[in-house]
Amino acid sequence: MSDTIKTDVLIIGAGPVGLFAVFELGLLDIKAHLVDILDKVGGQCAELYPEKPIYDIPGIPLITGHGLTEALMRQIKPFGPTFHLGEMVTAIENIGDPLFRVTTDAGKTFECKAVVIAAGGGSFQPKRPPIPGIEPYEEKSVFYAVRKIENFRGKRLLVVGGGDSALDWTLNLQPIAKRLTLVHRRDDFRGAPDSVNKMRALVAAGAMDLKIGQVSGLEGADGVLTAASIKGKDAVEHVECDAMLPFFGLTMKLGPVADWGLEMDDELIKVNTGTFETNKVGLFAIGDINTYTGKLKLILSGFHEAALMAQKAHHYVHPDKRLVFQYTTSSTSLQKKLGVA
Amino acid sequence: MPKITYIEHDGAVHTVEAELGSTVMETALRNDVASIVAECGGSCTCATCLVHVDETWFAVVGPPSAEEEEMLDTAFEVKPTSRLSCQIKVTEALDGLIVRTPAYQGR
Ligand SMILES: Cc1cc2nc3c(=O)[nH]c(=O)nc-3n(C[C@H](O)[C@H](O)[C@H](O)COP(=O)(O)OP(=O)(O)OC[C@H]3O[C@@H](n4cnc5c(N)ncnc54)[C@H](O)[C@@H]3O)c2cc1C
Ligand code: FES
Repeated sequence: MSDTIKTDVLIIGAGPVGLFAVFELGLLDIKAHLVDILDKVGGQCAELYPEKPIYDIPGIPLITGHGLTEALMRQIKPFGPTFHLGEMVTAIENIGDPLFRVTTDAGKTFECKAVVIAAGGGSFQPKRPPIPGIEPYEEKSVFYAVRKIENFRGKRLLVVGGGDSALDWTLNLQPIAKRLTLVHRRDDFRGAPDSVNKMRALVAAGAMDLKIGQVSGLEGADGVLTAASIKGKDAVEHVECDAMLPFFGLTMKLGPVADWGLEMDDELIKVNTGTFETNKVGLFAIGDINTYTGKLKLILSGFHEAALMAQKAHHYVHPDKRLVFQYTTSSTSLQKKLGVA
Repeated sequence: MPKITYIEHDGAVHTVEAELGSTVMETALRNDVASIVAECGGSCTCATCLVHVDETWFAVVGPPSAEEEEMLDTAFEVKPTSRLSCQIKVTEALDGLIVRTPAYQGR
């Protein structure tokens, strides 16, 4: 068991709204840790439209998804948030009044006085290929991520895809696999040219196989894979394998949020619009993941929600301190926190 | 206005009017073609707006750009006439276009 990380507030999701929440909490002397399943911050802005323009951030006529993420990171820097990327929050347990224990799929545990769910459109999770009968093999012989390289030692592996994940894992696993076959729909790869060259060299040297086609069927029993069919241009080929690793990018799924006992409406969390608290005391939901009368799934709405949430969270984190309303323009105490006074 | 016909995997057929300059994806969403997901809103970063262009129409629609071809790598059951519908702009030349949608867009 790893040590428990103690913090004032844990924010689930490092999208634009989770990031801005750090700012609003920080102004009220509340420290935050953030967890996101993506390996980068920025949520939808970073994953889905980094290069696209956004025109409706108040006071900013035009900014890209990437630009907004960068700007938010600069804005929250004075508050020193800690990020835990590439991890999914799986459970929230109420252990006090209010006090929470939050756990991630990487085995990390947090203890905090309030939890802010800024999970947006849900967690970004790997796309599952629609191969008939794939379900029983998942997590037994079909893996969407590599947790432990050693688990693949001496095995016949099928890596599927043409991007950096597929190529990186091909290069990392090839030395320890019994035999590795990379399957891709076309003989062109979008991954880094250097990785493509290394992969091609291994194929040329006979150290691995490359098949052009799409996986159309699996063979095996009780979750144990023995072979896969690969549909090429003219024929279906049969490749023996013990494990398959498909890499087709990510898609948004609600994920574990559904299991936290919150009052929901059509996969969205119901909140009080004065505090953005859920039906559970000390558990807040802001940004795209929440719903209320008149809700708009806009970044600016999420920012407003973050500000109101922070006021109520203060109540749980610093119960004996009185909250005085202040402007960043004129309050020296706020400016000290921002490092500008 | 050009007309586009969407044939969904379950057989549902929608023949709808498309606005010039919009995309085949936007037209689908506006007309409740349920099997077009379009998670990234047309940014060519999600590949959840896949369609199979009718063979007789493929020459008119044309092949995908290099960027789109790369995104097609993250779609499923990609065929030689598959395109991402957010990357097909509606023009007069597409009047009568027929596209088919897959059963599964990755979620
Ligand atoms: C193409 C496109 C264009 C858009 N244009 C605009 C625009 O012009 N203006 C505008 O205001 N809005 C726009 N939006 C909407 C805007 O991006 C969203 O409103 C915004 O991203 C919501 O922010 P969020 O922080 O609530 O959620 P998200 O950005 O969805 O981030 C949520 C994060 O939480 C993580 N997460 C979820 N569950 C878990 C878990 N259990 N454990 C760990 N991490 C988890 C996810 O991985 C994700 O990174 C656009 C959206 C798209 C797709
Ligand atoms: S809508 Fe995302 S790629 Fe077309």
